[in-house]
Amino acid sequence: MKRRAFLLLGVAGVAHAQLPPNIQEIRKQALDEAIRKVVGEAQVRPGRVKIDVPPLIDNGNTVPLAVEVESPMTQADHVKAVHTFPERNPQPSVPPVPLGPRAGKARVATRAGIADTGAVTPIAQMSDGSFWSESVRVIVTLSACLEDGLI
Amino acid sequence: MARVVVNVPAEAKKGEVIEIRTLAGHPMETGFRRTQLGELIPRDIIRTLVCTYNGVEIFRADLHPAVAANPLITFHTVATESGTLEFRWTGDNGFSATQSATIKVV
Repeated sequence: MKRRAFLLLGVAGVAHAQLPPNIQEIRKQALDEAIRKVVGEAQVRPGRVKIDVPPLIDNGNTVPLAVEVESPMTQADHVKAVHTFPERNPQPSVPPVPLGPRAGKARVATRAGIADTGAVTPIAQMSDGSFWSESVRVIVTLSACLEDGLI
Repeated sequence: MARVVVNVPAEAKKGEVIEIRTLAGHPMETGFRRTQLGELIPRDIIRTLVCTYNGVEIFRADLHPAVAANPLITFHTVATESGTLEFRWTGDNGFSATQSATIKVV
């Protein structure tokens, strides 16, 4: 084997060891799968949901995150649950927060860890079976979960 | 006993939507971090928060490694009657904490 070919092989080998070439595809699939698991065959429509999260996050370990859904919160028409999907987290599906007419107002807030730059997608499940969502892209400079950051 | 704080308005009008804020002191170790020697730090998180209003469950949340350390959770409920609100956190490694607050509905 020629020296140049050997070196190229080495470079390719290292790159391959670090991350699979279709990592974007794999991540997208994992997120889609997580969302599909929640909504099933139903269609997710944009609107009614508002997420309150800073667009630029210096420290992904503690991110103030609030999700508010437009709903009268009556027995007939209320939000059943709020799901959130941080795209690049090691586990992109966070368990839903169940809500009901007793809540009076469909707003929940917490502080979350967001692993890396990407979309955060809250999805609201209504009592009539419809799903509404919004997607916000956030930029994270210091990653949560993994000190060295994700690849 | 872990330190927990809840913030409930002392007084509310009947039918008013009140905001409840809860905070629990807990490291919320995700289970994804490693020590300097490369060993995985085992997961240690609060699993659930349950809030009952005069015995009726009004809010329940399953927590997740994605919830930051010292989980702060804010939610709303309708003030129906005077009474007590009980909060219970349970988690990994037998973590358990309770707190209560009273509310006067006029």
